[in-house]
Amino acid sequence: MKNIRNFSIIAHIDHGKSTLSDRLIQLTHIVSDREFQDQILDNMDIERERGITIKSQTVCLPYTAVDGKQYFLNLIDTPGHVDFSYEVSRALASCEGALLLIDASQGVEAQTLANLYLALEHDLEIIPVINKIDLPSADIERVKKQIEDDLGLDPETAIMVSAKEGTGVEDILEGVVRNLPPPSGDADAPLKSLIFDSHYDAFRGTIVHFRVIDGTIKAGDRIRFMSNSTKSYKVEEVGIFQIVRVPQKTLSAGQVGYMIAGIKTVSDTRCGDTITLDKTPCVKSMPGFKEAKPVVFSSIYPVASDGYPELVTALEKLKLNDASLIYEKDTSVALGFGFRCGFLGLLHLEVVQERLEREYDLSLILTAPSVQYQLTLNDGTELVVDNPALYPDPTLIDSAKEPYIKATIIVPDRYMGAVMKLCLDRRGINKNYQYLTNDRLEMIFELPLSEVIFDFYDKLKSVTQGYGSFDYDLIDYRPSRLVKLDILINGERVDALSQLVHEERAVSRGRTACEKLKDEIPRQMFKIAIQGAIGGKIISRSTVSPFRKDVTAKCYGGDITRKRKLLEKQRKGKRRMKMVGKVMIPQSAFLSVLKTDGE
Amino acid sequence: MEKTIASPAAGIYIHIPFCVKKCLYCDFYSETALSRRSEFVSHLIEELSLRQSEYPVDTLYFGGGTPSVMDPDSIGTVVDTIRRLYRLSPDAEITLEVNPGTLDRTALDRYLAMGVNRLNIGVQSFNDKHLTLLGRVHTADAACRAIADARDAGFKNIGLDFIYALPGQSVQAVLDDLQRAVAFSPEHLSCYMLTVEPGTPLEHGVKSGDFTPLDEEQTADHFRLVSQFINTNGYAQYEISNFSRISRANGVDYRSKHNLKYWNHYPYRGFGPSAHSFIDNRRSWNHQTLDAYESSIDGGLLPVAGEEVLTREQQFTEFIYLGLRQTDGIDVQEFERRFDVSFYQWFQPVFEQLRPKDLFRNSSERCALTLEGQLIMDGICRIMVDRNLQPNL
Ligand SMILES: Nc1nc2c(ncn2[C@@H]2O[C@H](COP(=O)(O)OP(=O)(O)OP(=O)(O)O)[C@@H](O)[C@H]2O)c(=O)[nH]1
Ligand code: SF4
Ligand SMILES: [Mg+2]
Repeated sequence: MKNIRNFSIIAHIDHGKSTLSDRLIQLTHIVSDREFQDQILDNMDIERERGITIKSQTVCLPYTAVDGKQYFLNLIDTPGHVDFSYEVSRALASCEGALLLIDASQGVEAQTLANLYLALEHDLEIIPVINKIDLPSADIERVKKQIEDDLGLDPETAIMVSAKEGTGVEDILEGVVRNLPPPSGDADAPLKSLIFDSHYDAFRGTIVHFRVIDGTIKAGDRIRFMSNSTKSYKVEEVGIFQIVRVPQKTLSAGQVGYMIAGIKTVSDTRCGDTITLDKTPCVKSMPGFKEAKPVVFSSIYPVASDGYPELVTALEKLKLNDASLIYEKDTSVALGFGFRCGFLGLLHLEVVQERLEREYDLSLILTAPSVQYQLTLNDGTELVVDNPALYPDPTLIDSAKEPYIKATIIVPDRYMGAVMKLCLDRRGINKNYQYLTNDRLEMIFELPLSEVIFDFYDKLKSVTQGYGSFDYDLIDYRPSRLVKLDILINGERVDALSQLVHEERAVSRGRTACEKLKDEIPRQMFKIAIQGAIGGKIISRSTVSPFRKDVTAKCYGGDITRKRKLLEKQRKGKRRMKMVGKVMIPQSAFLSVLKTDGE
Repeated sequence: MEKTIASPAAGIYIHIPFCVKKCLYCDFYSETALSRRSEFVSHLIEELSLRQSEYPVDTLYFGGGTPSVMDPDSIGTVVDTIRRLYRLSPDAEITLEVNPGTLDRTALDRYLAMGVNRLNIGVQSFNDKHLTLLGRVHTADAACRAIADARDAGFKNIGLDFIYALPGQSVQAVLDDLQRAVAFSPEHLSCYMLTVEPGTPLEHGVKSGDFTPLDEEQTADHFRLVSQFINTNGYAQYEISNFSRISRANGVDYRSKHNLKYWNHYPYRGFGPSAHSFIDNRRSWNHQTLDAYESSIDGGLLPVAGEEVLTREQQFTEFIYLGLRQTDGIDVQEFERRFDVSFYQWFQPVFEQLRPKDLFRNSSERCALTLEGQLIMDGICRIMVDRNLQPNL
């Protein structure tokens, strides 16, 4: 066990975690040059397209250190975006140490701090790493000062690297070996392993990712999950991750790897559960993980009217690989059967939609996302509502509360005014600000969550020219004046387009929603009237004009195939549309009503 | 199972890929390198001999491009080759597209002598301003002369092509063109609303703001005007853009027999670059460019760039689309025979949805569009080919 190190790479988004992982992977030769590609651990299509990490990934690096001994370094590359911090916290729970990366030109940013606190909560040993020292704009001295002042770490222990060019990467491996503790645990004790992730494989079924705390596990063992003593499974294969799965004879205390055990029922595997031997179980299960706390809610419906059963299995399988996803059954008059889902943010929502569509070949509609409101009815009943469809008759409501967050924004002081304006526009209250190092400010605001989930981060980035960073925590619920904004299409209320909004925002939201829908809904053969309404009162309207002329002038021998292909393409495009009444509404329209630009 | 159609007589299309100058709106394949004409003719003859006659042939159509830029003798050679190698019936409809400005009186005599019995003249407009706008090489005078010469030479079946809905064109200007056109009593009229095709200089001009196309409402008004005017002046519309003279006296049908084959899934074989063929439910198309076309033939290969065998669903889509383009509409019995479903039952939800708009002229034999239906027929087809996305099904 002395030759094992388990560590995560954590940082603010884009500071170079995955690039550094690449260099470590190359240095330890676990993939051939031919098979190597940049950001090799970002293996999902959406990760590659968006250039960000969404899932934590584990890889076991064999390394012979300067002391001549062979080590096994289990690295976990984590995502930097706030919406995926649940991935980070679970990674940290399976490690003894962390590399905290800081971009030499950006310095400490909001998630640098947030991730540092997370790592400290888990009592981890932390090695600061200053990355991107090759950049002309790198300012190492400034970052060292930030490490000391903002992070309270010893700048002398920081390792200088350029993950891009490979400078200093060897120092990291040595640093990990020397300065991070080996795992503690007892290989001879009864098996106790923590499930920190899993995924579904079409050929092998559920594949469990876990860390062995005590004991040893091997193929042929009969194991069970501590949360359910009635079911046991025979282990078919255990192994480690080295980009591909590499089977091993055994995995023992301190090791990280995977297990395949013929687990037929997808929902049997739960992240945070403890694996033990059926015959000689351990006494106490691992504490598991804190539940992820969703902040936005939206309903998912299949576009195809018979797509519900497929959606059920797809969600179950995706849940294996996304422990933060929660869902329950939902129905809509316009859209039929679906699920109400909770997400950690809007990016998380988009990722879930894309993964369901790509990995399970579904075509889905997501309704306008909402936060969770607390309502008190006249008769004293208390109610939590995140679904506009379940919003009670307003005359029955005594009072409403909405969730507030504490936002921490780190920004160069020249943008103070711009940030202030943005937050005040979003109904924010400035609580505090303080200088970090010389010209950098940490500003604290309290803001309604509903005002930040949609495009706050983008706006912040744009008003601060990319220099502002942001992190938030839910704090409490505060009184709010809430109304339900309905959308009528050709006079019919479309429940899936309704949203709950603050009274002050209602008119402008109604107007934007009508405008956005007008742009989203393709012209059809008849006029489409779009209206925004509160109760019986119409507050906004727009019209999609019908085609006056829609005919091809010429169609001879050479045109027919082309024309048919066009019809086929348009028909395929309709897979992403939903017929509501007589009107084709594209999938994208359901989310568009929330976009606030032009407000 | 695919069932064969009753009339197996095929058409032959010859694509002449040359023009004096490219018109601004044109997306047909043609070259202005006229020096390549003779080398092209020998390749064309070669292609003709690489194939064989699957069906008897009763229409032959020279299109392009501009067939009248060719030396009439080479057209004659092609016609002779076809007579020799293909079963061209003695009374076949043989059409030649000609452009005013590339036509002289003696050439017309020679065309007639070699068997060409139908001329299609690309007039486009009788307004010189509009001809310039379109980038045409000829003038209105030249067009009038060409028509007169053709009559004089003895052509009994003449078609004129027009383009309308031009940037800035008034309703009156459209009417002027039509009045002058019918004054010549052509047997056939094709009137196309101007389409901005991708990649053409016209599209470029629209993007850069040099041209402002008519808006949809104005274009629709032009379309209505054209249909009404021509239909009330001794002609009958038989396709979105095509009209033929009603000849009660001798009962002659002046519709283009050749073009009807395209819309009714009759067999046709296309020769020359970019030409399409459709034989026994298989559509194929030749290489787009002269270079690719010729080098393929030089290598002893058929110059085919691609082909497809239509699936049932594709046949279905084409049957609807091509049927509705025709004023007679879809042949309901033929549809039911081919696709083994009851037409009106199948499309009942579509008719239900569109009923308030009065777009169809339906009978037990035919499903056809009204003028208003024709104006939005692409949209109607989108709904029809996609019936299963309709509500309550
Ligand atoms: N110049 C320079 N660029 C770097 C270096 N390391 C990473 N980058 C670039 O920084 C960008 C982000 O790198 P990633 O490795 O994807 O960053 P990440 O921290 O994994 O990002 P997330 O996973 O989305 O949080 C990429 O364009 C990298 O090429 C470096 O040392 N020098
Ligand atoms: S003459 Fe006809 S084929 Fe030639 S460029 Fe003009 S429109 Fe196109
Ligand atoms: Mg990454």
